[in-house]
Amino acid sequence: MTLTDLANPSRFLSLATRILPWLAAATALLLAIGLYLSATAPDDYQQGATVKIMFIHVPNAWLSMFVWGVMSVAALGTLVWRHPLADVAQKTAAPIGAAFTFLALVTGSLWGRPMWGTYWQWDARLTSVLILFLMYLGLMALWRAVDDPSRAARAAAVLTLVGAINIPIIKFSVDWWNTLHQPASVFRMGGSTLDRAFLIPLLVMAVGFTLLFLTLHIAAMRNEILRRRVRTLQMLQASKPRAAA
Amino acid sequence: MTPLGPYASFIVTSYALVAAVIAVLIGWVMVDYRRQKARLHDLEASGVTRRSGRSAAKIS
Repeated sequence: MTLTDLANPSRFLSLATRILPWLAAATALLLAIGLYLSATAPDDYQQGATVKIMFIHVPNAWLSMFVWGVMSVAALGTLVWRHPLADVAQKTAAPIGAAFTFLALVTGSLWGRPMWGTYWQWDARLTSVLILFLMYLGLMALWRAVDDPSRAARAAAVLTLVGAINIPIIKFSVDWWNTLHQPASVFRMGGSTLDRAFLIPLLVMAVGFTLLFLTLHIAAMRNEILRRRVRTLQMLQASKPRAAA
Repeated sequence: MTPLGPYASFIVTSYALVAAVIAVLIGWVMVDYRRQKARLHDLEASGVTRRSGRSAAKIS
């Protein structure tokens, strides 16, 4: 099967229906293993048991940026190739990305209160992630504001690509500015500073959450294709009496 | 599993919130799928078909 075959909505629907049960099972298995490893991980010598919040906060934070990356690639597909499946991928990723960003913000806040003594600080990392969350909401509003899906897709694609500037700002904010948020400790020059006892559960949870995103995204794309078929049939139905008259 | 210590409420709230949001996402996707399939079946039952003649509700 070539990429062109996959880009056909009917083929995509057929493939999605076949792989979704397997993806969902793999997601459930990995998240179950990740939760077990997180529950049995030792306490941190400074943070105590609150380190367990890291196992859900960090995957959500990674995904908040990853999903915008996926939307940016799809936005290129919309603007360069004008492919309807790229529009569908863009539109359906936004609410899922918004949910992950919301969870990153709230779990970070709940981790920050006992460790920093505050739920919120207007530092560069926290503020740039809040801006990312607002951009997700803005994109979702834009999709709802324009009736014609292909017109909405082009406007959303431009906004997505402009918003992508925020992703490196989020990533490097802890290096460029003085922030309360700690600098990178997993993907950094010189290797991870995390002990294996924390690193392994974190990576398992990160892969589990990434599979969760893929599962939800493919299922949501399938729904969106069906919604567009409904729209097409409703337009055909509406045009029938006029054709007969 | 080790005891969660003095900040147990922060840890439990975080995990519960993540579980709740994921449950909402899964529920949204499943309900939406059923709704779209039902709408397609209703439209086809009322005699509206795709130009290709293929069933819009059939996806495999």
